[in-house]
Amino acid sequence: MSETQTLPITVTVNGSKVQRFVEPRTLLVHFLREDLGLTGTHIGCDTSHCGACTVEIDGESIKSCTTFAVQANGSSITTVEGLANADGTLHALQEGFRQMHGLQCGFCTPGMLMRAKVLLTENPDPSEEEIRFGIAGNLCRCTGYQNIVKAIQFAAARLNGRTFQEAAE
Amino acid sequence: MIPGPFTYHRPASIEEAVGLLVSLGEESRPLAGGQSLIPMMKLRMATPEHLVDLGGVAGLKGIDVEPGGIRIGAAVTQAQVIGSALIADRLPILRDAALQIADPQVRTRGTIGGNVANGDPGNDMPAVMQCLGASYVLAGPSGERSVAARDFYLGPYFTLLEPGELLVAVRIPLPSAGHGQAYEKLKRKIGDYATAAAAVILSATAGRIATASIALTNVAPTPLLAEEAARLVVGTSLDAATLKAASAAAKAIADPAADGRGTAEYRREMAGVMVARALVKAFGRVKGA
Ligand SMILES: Cc1cc2nc3c(=O)[nH]c(=O)nc-3n(C[C@H](O)[C@H](O)[C@H](O)COP(=O)(O)OP(=O)(O)OC[C@H]3O[C@@H](n4cnc5c(N)ncnc54)[C@H](O)[C@@H]3O)c2cc1C
Ligand code: FES
Ligand code: FES
Repeated sequence: MSETQTLPITVTVNGSKVQRFVEPRTLLVHFLREDLGLTGTHIGCDTSHCGACTVEIDGESIKSCTTFAVQANGSSITTVEGLANADGTLHALQEGFRQMHGLQCGFCTPGMLMRAKVLLTENPDPSEEEIRFGIAGNLCRCTGYQNIVKAIQFAAARLNGRTFQEAAE
Repeated sequence: MIPGPFTYHRPASIEEAVGLLVSLGEESRPLAGGQSLIPMMKLRMATPEHLVDLGGVAGLKGIDVEPGGIRIGAAVTQAQVIGSALIADRLPILRDAALQIADPQVRTRGTIGGNVANGDPGNDMPAVMQCLGASYVLAGPSGERSVAARDFYLGPYFTLLEPGELLVAVRIPLPSAGHGQAYEKLKRKIGDYATAAAAVILSATAGRIATASIALTNVAPTPLLAEEAARLVVGTSLDAATLKAASAAAKAIADPAADGRGTAEYRREMAGVMVARALVKAFGRVKGA
């Protein structure tokens, strides 16, 4: 190979347009974390299994460790940094994770939140089973998932104008 | 893990993509969803010098009805297959199989074309395509040709796809209404490739199987069409002895490797179990028999 190629890309990240030059082999997760300083998106497995690196791109959830930044050219990306409401209050999902104890170490949380956000647009009122299937690409080593499921149910209820009632154990 | 360096190309048409693959030669590769290729590149098990991104290529998208069948563009994602009402209605086996591939994020990007062109025996779609009698439309420098899915696979990552060729679509003859279809996959966890899996499509009249097609995933270096097993069930009402014989016939052609999913013996046994389960499920789904 001769000279290293660099390419201009323009993406909208959390509502702001950014332009950068990237090497084609730059993975989206490295672009977000290192070029843009958005370290909320985590690298867990780095082998496309754990979902810690999940971000939203044009309304879909993807693993940013398994996408090249050049492939995102022209798209609109939301990371966990862009999740809270414009007035600074927490998104219903963040509130759910807080109130339902949907995290322990917090490492998987940004990916869980971003996956859950898209899940609730695909299926605004999912059953427990649908939630579990919908977050199957996100691994958590701490919680045992129970409280993550509750957190998402909490958010779904709030976004549907209901109050979340925990099922009796 | 960071992939090796490569030069990125983003053609807008099939002709342009084929032209690039031809002129760049053997060190170039198409990039579809990247869900098999990028992990391989991160491990440096693949080090292409050029990637030809299919993301901007017109003419690779869409699920269309054509005379006698359905045409699925190579760039149609697994998530789009799951979301298609046409496929849910006429080819539910494709939806069943797609739902058992990886996880939502991977299915959002992973494409049908990439899944069938990849040549990894662990991929689920190739056996489904063999079961359905599908063919692949390949575009090359001298035009298009069509290759049957049943002939396409030669060995792991070794297919009839020539350098410079692009898989542009999969054509699937539509089974007539009333066929029963099923894909049964044994895996250790979500995101795992099959320990063994079986695809079955059959039709029946008056409670007896009239036609049957069976194919196996990940129990040999390539997907396998289980012709003898299919022949054995035709004319029967799938009694216990027939199920046992069909399973045995499938096991006889399976040639799995021992891996983290189990010993070769176990995986061969599971191929038989998956065939039996898929047969029962497909038979139960036959309508109007
Ligand atoms: C965690 C995880 C779990 C997975 N589990 C499964 C599973 O259980 N079952 C399963 O089937 N798959 C599984 N996959 C793989 C996934 O389905 C891939 O999406 C698929 O194998 C390849 O499709 P792609 O579009 O991502 O192709 P890419 O990764 O872009 O390409 C794969 C290969 O095909 C070639 N190629 C792609 N498109 C074309 C084309 N149109 N013409 C010619 N060559 C082409 C590429 O050059 C490359 O060599 C998994 C992936 C991950 C990350
Ligand atoms: S870091 Fe991307 S899936 Fe684990
Ligand atoms: S909270 Fe620790 S990994 Fe999920």
